[in-house]
Amino acid sequence: MSDTKNVLELRNVDKSFGPIDVLHKINLSVRAGEVLCLLGDNGAGKSTLIKTMAGVHAPTRGEILMDGKPISFRGPKAAQEAGIACVHQFGGTFPLMSISRSFFAGVEPTIGWGPFKVFDRKKANDIAVHEVRNFGITRIEDGDRLVGGLSGGERQSLAIARAVYFGARVLILDEPTAALGVKQSAHVLRIVNEAKRRGLAVIFITHQVMHALAVGDHFAVLIRGSIAADFKKGDKTREEIADLMAGGESMADLEEKVGIEA
Amino acid sequence: MSDAIQVAKSSKPKASHFSVGELMRSPAMGAFVGMVLVFCIFAAFGFHKNFLSVFGIANWMNFASMIGIVAIPVGFLMIAGELDISVGAIMPASAMTLGILCGPYELPLGLGMIITFAMAAGIGLINGILVTRTQVPSFIVTLATLFAVGGLTLTLSVIFVNRPQVAYEAPELAKALLGDRYFGFRASVFWWILLSAALYFVLHKSPWGNWIFAVGGDAESARNAGIPVNRLKISLFVLSAVCTAFAGMLQVAAFNSAQSATNFPLIFNTIIACVVGGVLLTGGFGTLIGIFFGTMTLGIVQQGIGYTDIDRNLSQLIIGVMLLAAVLMNGTFQKLATSWSTSKKED
Ligand SMILES: Nc1ncnc2c1ncn2[C@@H]1O[C@H](COP(=O)(O)OP(=O)(O)O)[C@@H](O)[C@H]1O
Ligand SMILES: [Mg+2]
Repeated sequence: MSDTKNVLELRNVDKSFGPIDVLHKINLSVRAGEVLCLLGDNGAGKSTLIKTMAGVHAPTRGEILMDGKPISFRGPKAAQEAGIACVHQFGGTFPLMSISRSFFAGVEPTIGWGPFKVFDRKKANDIAVHEVRNFGITRIEDGDRLVGGLSGGERQSLAIARAVYFGARVLILDEPTAALGVKQSAHVLRIVNEAKRRGLAVIFITHQVMHALAVGDHFAVLIRGSIAADFKKGDKTREEIADLMAGGESMADLEEKVGIEA
Repeated sequence: MSDAIQVAKSSKPKASHFSVGELMRSPAMGAFVGMVLVFCIFAAFGFHKNFLSVFGIANWMNFASMIGIVAIPVGFLMIAGELDISVGAIMPASAMTLGILCGPYELPLGLGMIITFAMAAGIGLINGILVTRTQVPSFIVTLATLFAVGGLTLTLSVIFVNRPQVAYEAPELAKALLGDRYFGFRASVFWWILLSAALYFVLHKSPWGNWIFAVGGDAESARNAGIPVNRLKISLFVLSAVCTAFAGMLQVAAFNSAQSATNFPLIFNTIIACVVGGVLLTGGFGTLIGIFFGTMTLGIVQQGIGYTDIDRNLSQLIIGVMLLAAVLMNGTFQKLATSWSTSKKED
């Protein structure tokens, strides 16, 4: 694989917290227009890995490259400015604020001058509604509606649309579908696909095999802090992927353990 | 799967911006209805005791204005998810500082006011820094500064003027601007209205207002969005202290004297005015107009009651019931406001 196309790449990254080693020799890369599914059991180190990518933690050893150049972030803000956006499970939006105020929180468009700058509600509403609708959430017509009135999937979508609008190139989603029902999950997966179509590199953490298979191009399985498998979509059958996600055991093994006689 | 994406071609503009539904769901509406209700009941019971006369109204408006000037910045802090109860000590501390500096020590009023404002801003700064640095809840931090400042005020008063109060009569112009009555209304009422207008702009029109709501809604997300959360909170504590100091100065100008005893009722009154005005105790929600109406309601129930046949002792009971009703209503309004768009959900 050619290095130049990798938006984000980790080389031999280790991360330990004092005496506790959490990540060992992680080698991983994502390209533009690709969805990388990060799979693994609870406690495998998925969250630690993405926090390391997003500037929350500095790697203990190894390096992170962006567009082929070594980079180190001073904090999550620096990573964000470089184009790495994290969307958390609950969307990271403000339930009692309007869609447009929430969309532009921290970067409000204004009219007027000096201390008399006024929040440009019309412009904010137009842009926010337009961006969100472009992501396929056609139900949103009014930027003055409160975020709390949106469904979980729509909130996720709003957060993703916001990240994309503000120039994210790498989108990190930590279990965005974990708390959602079937219909809402489908909604989020559609947004993930749309982000990919727009050329973003997406890192998608999930427990659900179905969700991973639906959108993933590239899969990495993390077991106790090491990459146990790293493969492309066509490389393995669905069954093999499902088995890997179950922690490297096959369904047959599991059935045996549970005591189901075939 | 990607073909399932429906790309919106056009977003239709809304027919009108001013709908009755929107108005009814406004959190200030509850505060307004509550105020009107209380006003009408009190007017009915106080008609023959001049409740509706200009002087009757001025009486409770004067009382409300002193609370209102403090309640607005305290409301800002509540919207941002914090509390400030140290105002109960900052008000007498400021009044005493001004009274001592300009009375017995004969400093010009302007200089005395500058020093008093600086002193109050210092207390606000300490509140803000302690809250943002230590993660100790602001209730505890400002409870500590309430007692610390209260104790210091009493001690220093005795040291400097040998008494827990001081007399000071402001020069004529200052008295006209800060203390006199006009048609029964004290200058503080006009300052209250002016401050409300200025802070309405800050909360609902300027980008800072957006930050206040965002910080109270979810501080972590606000920080991720690039909002300087700590600096904003510190500024709000300073604002609350400075406004409280101003209220203290207005009191000195109006009554020609200052007392050093901690003003405990002010603490409850500001919080009640905010909650009755629709501010959520959990942060992230509230309006300036609501706080204004909440303060007026409180003024009617606590002060206007003297102009009615209603037993004065009942005012606390009425406030208790009102507070409970307001908290329950706030929850309902919040649900209404958020579920508004879910009503036409397709599934
Ligand atoms: N700040 C930290 N200090 C010490 N140990 C940590 C810290 N963060 C995570 N860990 C440990 O790292 C391991 C992996 O955690 P995490 O990355 O949250 O896993 P996952 O997201 O895959 O469930 C866990 O055993 C956890 O206890
Ligand atoms: Mg995790």
